[in-house]
Amino acid sequence: MQIMKNKYSIFSLIKNAFSYHENWQRAWRDPEPKKEYEAIIVGGGGHGLATAFYLAKKHNMKNIAVVEKGWIGGGNTGRNTTIIRSNYLWDASAGLYDHALKIWEGLSQELNYNVMFSQRGVMNLAHNLQDVRDLKRRTHANRLNGIDAVWLNTEQVKKFCPIINTSPDIRYPVLGGTLQRRAGTARHDAVAWGYARGADEMGVDIIQNCEVKGIKRNGDSVEGIETTKGFIKSNKIGVVAAGHSSVIAGMVDLRLPLESKPLQALVSEPVKPIIDTVVMSNAVHAYVSQSDKGELVIGAGTDAYVSYTQRGSHDVVEGTLKAILELYPIFSRMKMLRQWGGIVDICPDASPIISKTHIKGLYFNCGWGTGGFKATPGSGDLFAHTIANNEPHKLNADFNINRFVSGDLVDEHGAAAVAH
Amino acid sequence: MFLINCPYCGERDQSEFSAGGEAHIVRPKQPTELSDDKWAEFLFMRKNIKGVQLERWNHTHGCRKWFNMARDTSNDKIHAVYKMGEKPPIK
Amino acid sequence: MMSKNLRIANSNFIDQTSRISFKFDGKILYGFKGDTLASALIANDIHLVGRSFKYHRPRGIMTCGSEEPNAIVQVGNDASMTEPNTRATEIELYEGLEASSQNCWPSVNFDIGSINNFFSPLIPAAFYYKTFMWPANFWKLYEYFIRKSAGLGKSPTQPDKDIYDHRYLHCDVLVIGGGISGIIAAKTAAKNNLNTVLIDDKNNLGGTTLFQQNECFKINNSYSNEWLKKEIETLDSIKNLTIKTRTTLAAYHSYNYLLARENLTDHLDLNEKKDKIRQRLWKIRAKKVIIATGAMERPLIFNNNDRPGIILSSSIKKYIDYYGVKCGQKISLFTNNDSAYETAISLSNSGVSINSVIDIRDKSNSLIVKQAEKLGIKIHWKHTVVNTNGYKKINSIEIMKLSDDGTAVVGKKIKDECDCLGISGGWTPRVHLFTQSGGKLKFRDVDNVFLPDKSELDQISIGSCNGDLELDEVIKNSVNSINKFLNVNNNDYKNLEIISSKEIDKKNIWLLPSDKPFGKTKPFLDFQNDSTANDIKLALREGFKSIEHVKRYTTTGMATDQGKLSNMHALGIVAETANLKMGELGTTTFRPPYTPLTFGAIVGRNVGKFFDITRRTPIHDWHVKCNAEFENVGQWKRAWYYPIENESMHEAVQRESKAARDSAGILDASTLGKIDIQGSDASEFLNRIYTNAWSKLEIGKCRYGLMLNEDGMVYDDGVTTRLGENHYIMTTTTGGAANVLGKLEDYLQTEWPELDVYLTSVTDHYATVSICGPNSKKILSKVIPDLNLSDKEFPHMSFKNALIDNIKCRVMRISFTGEHSYEINIQSSYGKSLWEKCFEAGKEFDITPYGTETMHLLRAEKGFIIAGQDTDGTMTPVDLQMDWIISKKKYDFIGKRSLYRSDTIRDDRKQLVGLLTDDPNEVLEEGAQIVLETKKQPIVMLGHVTSSYFSPNLNKSIALAVVKNGKKLKGQKMFVPMKNKTINVTITDTVFFDKENKRLNA
Repeated sequence: MQIMKNKYSIFSLIKNAFSYHENWQRAWRDPEPKKEYEAIIVGGGGHGLATAFYLAKKHNMKNIAVVEKGWIGGGNTGRNTTIIRSNYLWDASAGLYDHALKIWEGLSQELNYNVMFSQRGVMNLAHNLQDVRDLKRRTHANRLNGIDAVWLNTEQVKKFCPIINTSPDIRYPVLGGTLQRRAGTARHDAVAWGYARGADEMGVDIIQNCEVKGIKRNGDSVEGIETTKGFIKSNKIGVVAAGHSSVIAGMVDLRLPLESKPLQALVSEPVKPIIDTVVMSNAVHAYVSQSDKGELVIGAGTDAYVSYTQRGSHDVVEGTLKAILELYPIFSRMKMLRQWGGIVDICPDASPIISKTHIKGLYFNCGWGTGGFKATPGSGDLFAHTIANNEPHKLNADFNINRFVSGDLVDEHGAAAVAH
Repeated sequence: MFLINCPYCGERDQSEFSAGGEAHIVRPKQPTELSDDKWAEFLFMRKNIKGVQLERWNHTHGCRKWFNMARDTSNDKIHAVYKMGEKPPIK
Repeated sequence: MMSKNLRIANSNFIDQTSRISFKFDGKILYGFKGDTLASALIANDIHLVGRSFKYHRPRGIMTCGSEEPNAIVQVGNDASMTEPNTRATEIELYEGLEASSQNCWPSVNFDIGSINNFFSPLIPAAFYYKTFMWPANFWKLYEYFIRKSAGLGKSPTQPDKDIYDHRYLHCDVLVIGGGISGIIAAKTAAKNNLNTVLIDDKNNLGGTTLFQQNECFKINNSYSNEWLKKEIETLDSIKNLTIKTRTTLAAYHSYNYLLARENLTDHLDLNEKKDKIRQRLWKIRAKKVIIATGAMERPLIFNNNDRPGIILSSSIKKYIDYYGVKCGQKISLFTNNDSAYETAISLSNSGVSINSVIDIRDKSNSLIVKQAEKLGIKIHWKHTVVNTNGYKKINSIEIMKLSDDGTAVVGKKIKDECDCLGISGGWTPRVHLFTQSGGKLKFRDVDNVFLPDKSELDQISIGSCNGDLELDEVIKNSVNSINKFLNVNNNDYKNLEIISSKEIDKKNIWLLPSDKPFGKTKPFLDFQNDSTANDIKLALREGFKSIEHVKRYTTTGMATDQGKLSNMHALGIVAETANLKMGELGTTTFRPPYTPLTFGAIVGRNVGKFFDITRRTPIHDWHVKCNAEFENVGQWKRAWYYPIENESMHEAVQRESKAARDSAGILDASTLGKIDIQGSDASEFLNRIYTNAWSKLEIGKCRYGLMLNEDGMVYDDGVTTRLGENHYIMTTTTGGAANVLGKLEDYLQTEWPELDVYLTSVTDHYATVSICGPNSKKILSKVIPDLNLSDKEFPHMSFKNALIDNIKCRVMRISFTGEHSYEINIQSSYGKSLWEKCFEAGKEFDITPYGTETMHLLRAEKGFIIAGQDTDGTMTPVDLQMDWIISKKKYDFIGKRSLYRSDTIRDDRKQLVGLLTDDPNEVLEEGAQIVLETKKQPIVMLGHVTSSYFSPNLNKSIALAVVKNGKKLKGQKMFVPMKNKTINVTITDTVFFDKENKRLNA
């Protein structure tokens, strides 16, 4: 079922202004689930919707559904600090995240939905000599992998982002940093909505308020899912449920190497432009950017315990703002407007799983930890490939579940204690 | 910010403690006899329960003792704390 | 133009004898002590205070409290002390206050941005998702202008000079809100011997009852305000009660953990603020919490409901009754409930002329309405306002009759001139804190309010935040709830005689109809973010059904007021349009903080030098005196190198390195982690945690150990010495000390509780002075003359107890440099004198202090690893070519099993090797990548440089690296491709210097 949608443009806005915007079409339908689909994606976040979009677009699978227990984009997609970059250390990660970054660069046009991908650059700061070694190592690896990262000395850091406190007298002075200019931010909600609209146009059923209660198996194969809207048949099920991955996996007694932890973020009240890039610091744990609306968007760390509450401890927020004021003492009089939490599923090696499982027709895309947003388009594309072909793409082959058995981890911990 | 009843010290603020993950994962006594799969189970695979989870905590900035806790991860309610080696008071 | 004076002289709360001057938008104005900036501006007839976010429409003061969406101003213009987005309704007026309008240019009166208002048909909700996509690379440009026009106030550009503070507070009962119910609660709790704290965000207690002087609201024959005043007067004498005013509850977390911000200087005159703590964040643990936060008035949603001069009806009442300020000379009131009549009566009593009251209801027969009618106030029943006029301030309204079903207007339009319109859409209980704490809400249909329902915490809500909106209910229900909650029996308030007007007739229309087509109207919901009812309907039309989707798509409720005024109507309109029941729709989440919270207050004093602990060795001052540059290693300051005169770092390190090998060097090694291990199973414990075997280590001997993670990767290393049969001292890396101890304790307590082992961190107890070089023995013999230093008596890798000036110390003959070397450990308070003593003794040998950089260089010459530099969490001991350290005999140790997984047993893993550059003067960059093939794309990276130095002792560049299959590649030529050149290198052995270890015994 193809549903041709009106193209969004300045012209369509003008045209609709004459009818007081009363003739805009629905961005997506609100269908009841069919009895059976060629494939079902569990989880209507950015990754799940992108997976459905690329299954339909590149693999010609139109009879598919995305089931979402709440509202689409309501999980980590709508709760993250929207940083996009690909300056990862290991070849496997660099390949994965740069694949995503390349899609980001044309995503607004591909979706005909402005996801506001803003290539304002991402800077990672070094505060001790080992930071310097690690970041330089990463920069060299990035360059040879064709990723545009450069090393900046302290003066260059200051020049690129003048409000950073680069005084040598602070507790952990800035000793330099890396800059990836192609990196930046995007509008998180728009990513979910844009993919949803695009997928819906190709006939994908997006079913909200539909919680998965069980997975039906026949021996080694999946047969469908039990949901709050009844049983839905399918022999291909792709799970992209982020923090709740283990819960879904538990339905088929599958154990994953995941822990779901609270990750918090906060925004300040909006102000006129004061910081034009994204700055991240691992040693002095702070990262900050400014949204187009003017809010400072600040990511805090994770708590160490498992929680599904979408709330974390105040200490984490306090620690983050402490670090922010160390690097940006001018923000002391700014005010926190809103804080919130998400549930992130973290793998021991801080890298994701995009993989088949030992159960035929069951696929998992999870373990993105604190940094999944940036991978959304690439993750969707590669997961779609994996589901359609029952084989991983070469870019996600290393991100299989078996690596935890063999020991062939993609350890991004060593490279960056926090891999946002 | 939980209020945690350390079995050795009594009620203290969460900031004095650190979390140590799922409890009752016993380190295999004969690791060399295990298959890679079984060893990976021990090393990495976690129940990651949504609901009452038995987990380890350490009173890091206090008595430095490890102990166990039964906590509902869906609402962070602590149902019980108990010492290492004791049986969980909740099934 | 002279502004009118809208002050009347009847207020008890404003001190009209104490005049205060302030500046608004550069103009000098006057107010009085007790005013807020908002009340002072209105008194000066200034209503236009800001421009809206999107359309730059003129906006005025709308409320008198924290829910204010419009009157947000920039306070001060000093680069370090200015504060953006401050609510004029909450700024207490002080001498020297300077405030200005935001989001307008060049001025609030003439704002270029207001051109947006003309384009408003083109820019409905979320228009930006639909455009700015062509041409693709223009987004950067579009974004520049979007960003410039967004944002409200301006961030300071210089560091804050103010001080912020944190305090802890523990209490039996915390009462939030000092209105009538909060006061009753606090008094009851405190009188029953409960340690009670009452907080309120205003500068005085009493809430709205404080100025409620009306025949319709009486307690025991007194006006309610008079009765309450007496209650407040008695508070001072109550024990166990702490009252904190100007204190806003910011966040209510689980386990009754709450954060409250106390404002200490914001209300003081400019010259009194200095050097005082500006704000204090209270971290509160309360056994019980009583929420008494009251309710806030709702606006009404109709066409052009956003003009300056349109003010919440209850706020008009507060301005006249509390501040003695008239919001207009000719005021109309528009309502759906009785409370607007209280305003009407207050205004009338103060001599302000009331045009009329427009009431959407058919009738109301309550006491208060009857009283208003008696005063001759004209009421348009069953009417609605369909439009308002006046650009920078309202000058008239248009009124029409409502159809029976309330969905349309009928009949003739009446135009009514007025300079102020009070609006009242009913009341919303402030349930924010309750939901923040995890409480679930229920919906009450009769007056469309969400009320506290279930909570896991020990708390209650009382008064109007619990849905009791009338005086008699407030008192009666609060008293009952408090008694039950605190399990007390307080009869003080049992037999009060209360008169309270009762509202019986209720009617609500979320979106009021207009005579114009809906598309042509502008009924604002979120005044600050400029979202209208049309935007909500557009979102629904486009398929955004969840309330969270609607909120995000339209940005309703996401402004600095966090939707305090707009949320209910947004829900109402969504429910109405989608044909759903309000209760089924749920609410959006109220997230902390309740009102925006200053970063500085959250951080407190942990800024600048208190950002993190600085750990210094006992010898630190000596290093400082000798010009050392320092390196941060974890929290430690370590001497990095000691430049003499104008030496560069390179020159200093070369000199230090040479001196250490040629004669003698001295290093402060005090930062290394030291763990004292005792117990009858200490040897067995070490067997389990290190890869090598320990049982046979003789007493008095030292051994190097490598510790793995359970996944087989190198975690930490160091030398451990056997001090006695059951006594060891372990050293760890400087940065790893705390983690290693934590890990050891973990295994000991949880996996092997049967082992008799005790661990104690003694890092800070000992200072460690390391002397090395061919003359180290001579120097030590001068320092400790009676110690036999012969190789036989005191060989490499052994230890002796000794006395220096009668002070006990431990001397280890161990070496990280490859030189003959000693480490002397002494009680830390003697560290500096020991160092000086060694230095003095070494003078004749030109003993040279060296720092961490030289230490790193010297060990690299010997091929010794640094855990964390040459390893990165992916290296096994086999990868490090340290197979020798893995005991073959031991059945198990931490990480052993992981070494035999299919990936870890591969023999072509990345392995530690030495690297020599073809050009001996070319020093490689640490972190540089190593390749075999530079021409073929993609370039395959085989490894990287982990350590690299110019060795003065070898007179050439040396490096350590990890390279895939490196073990087998000795002699292999490889390349290090840099940005501008490619460096040719050859793989070598890891040991560059003194391969035979002759110097250890030299």
